[in-house]
Amino acid sequence: MVVLASVLGVFDITLDKLSNGELWLAQFFRGLSDGATYASVALALVMIYKSTGFINFAQGSLALLGVYLAYIFSVEQGLPVAVAVVCAMAASSVVAMFVERVFIRPFPPDHVLPLVIVTLGLLLIIDSAVGIVWGFRTRSLPSMFPSGAPIEWGIAQLTWRTIGNLGTVFAVVGLLYLLLSRTKVGLAFRAVSSNLESARLVGIRVGPTLGFGWALAAAIGTLGGALVVPDLLLEPSIMLRVLIFSLAAAALGGLDSLVGAVIGGLVVGLARNLLVTFLDLSELALATAVAVILVVLLVRPTGLFGSTRVERV
Amino acid sequence: MSAAVSPAYLEVAGLKAAYGDIQVLHGIDFSVDEGQIAVILGANGARKTTTLRALCAMVTTEGSIRLGGEELAGQRTADIVRRGVAHVPQGRGTFPDLSVEENLMAGAYVRSDADVRADMEQWFETFPVLGERRTQAAGSLSGGEQQMLAIARALMLRPSLLLLDEPSLGLAPMITRSLFEQLTAINAAAGTTMLVVEQNASLALGVADVAYVLEAGEVALSGPASELAADDNVRRAYLGY
Repeated sequence: MVVLASVLGVFDITLDKLSNGELWLAQFFRGLSDGATYASVALALVMIYKSTGFINFAQGSLALLGVYLAYIFSVEQGLPVAVAVVCAMAASSVVAMFVERVFIRPFPPDHVLPLVIVTLGLLLIIDSAVGIVWGFRTRSLPSMFPSGAPIEWGIAQLTWRTIGNLGTVFAVVGLLYLLLSRTKVGLAFRAVSSNLESARLVGIRVGPTLGFGWALAAAIGTLGGALVVPDLLLEPSIMLRVLIFSLAAAALGGLDSLVGAVIGGLVVGLARNLLVTFLDLSELALATAVAVILVVLLVRPTGLFGSTRVERV
Repeated sequence: MSAAVSPAYLEVAGLKAAYGDIQVLHGIDFSVDEGQIAVILGANGARKTTTLRALCAMVTTEGSIRLGGEELAGQRTADIVRRGVAHVPQGRGTFPDLSVEENLMAGAYVRSDADVRADMEQWFETFPVLGERRTQAAGSLSGGEQQMLAIARALMLRPSLLLLDEPSLGLAPMITRSLFEQLTAINAAAGTTMLVVEQNASLALGVADVAYVLEAGEVALSGPASELAADDNVRRAYLGY
């Protein structure tokens, strides 16, 4: 009992906190909201992973650029936030296509290691460029969704923003699912990642297909960023932190599963909020995400919903 | 012969290919008439596979490749496919993560006509085992089933020229025989010109019209398949049976 009490003491756990139902519920709602934002960035990672077979570290930076553009369009140019975000999604897609064409396409798509290193380089360059252009002071981007909470239960509030974040991420995953399973370009994506040579031999233009994947992922990443940033402050390193939580979400979900990315995101969001609140671990929140990645890789490398590659010979 | 006067459907002249700095195909010439089945024979390392890959711009090439009078050399793989050239590569010609149906849909990727579904059903009739497994991932099929799928996938293009790289590789003799029967039937029914690389010389010469024997990146011998098959010296020297 003494040991237990001292452990609880270290983590500042009080029975007051643990027995506070409203606090649990409040953190549950917050976790869902955060989780939805991680999930939407994780979806961008999964999209690229599904078509190229590697994790694109530049994804977070393209999203960062997109969010800054959304800030310019809304706060500085005075567009409604939702319209600004849509414009920023389009603009970041164009940038992503350019980046893919210039920096990625010269490398053979089946040699993953050079490509991963190029995306790491792009991450550093784009993040720094954003810092040079817009400076390092923090800004705040308003949310696309109205403030207020339609459902309240003491301190626990189900806010419009939480509902909006969740709704957005479910809409995105639904649209992506339809795109991949019902359209020709979706078939091309999956064919390219399954067998590059045969994809060429059925007439798929591999370069433009991957370029479209980059554009789509940048748009989703920007949307995800626009969900995240209102909770935090906009500054050039913001997406790096989000990227780590989203990577944890994508790894937990299985890297190549859209549904997995959403569930992974929600789990990571909930875990983060509950840990921070009840164990008072706010300094270790990022480490928690990295721990999730490690545990998944050790225990279940294909994640919760990832496909194991079956191939008979 | 009047080959020089009326060019064949596929006319290859001075075809060279290189992997990096190393030239492996040293200027070969061959031709296939429309509707014919041609076979390329030769030992391991004779560059049979390289020859097929060169036709689809899957390696760097020099020389001329004319299909129905149109020059293919210098075009990209995706455009050569749009000229009606389907290629079944050696061993792994399927998309293992896609279902059997999706593999066939991918085979018709460049087509936009309304008959794609009907064609798919037709190949499910020709290869019933594929029809039974239409929603399964291609990677879960056996080697023989995958080879059938790869061929059906190529036929979904409605190709005018079908390139087959060792279709018998890893298949049981009985399955190989029935596969070659299917191929001759398709050739007879649709008039598809075929160029087949094959280790099983006797079987291939049995179905082919013309044959080319490659040796170290050069054409060592060519002629009507029946003549090559009947010549004991040729058989001993090049075909090993």
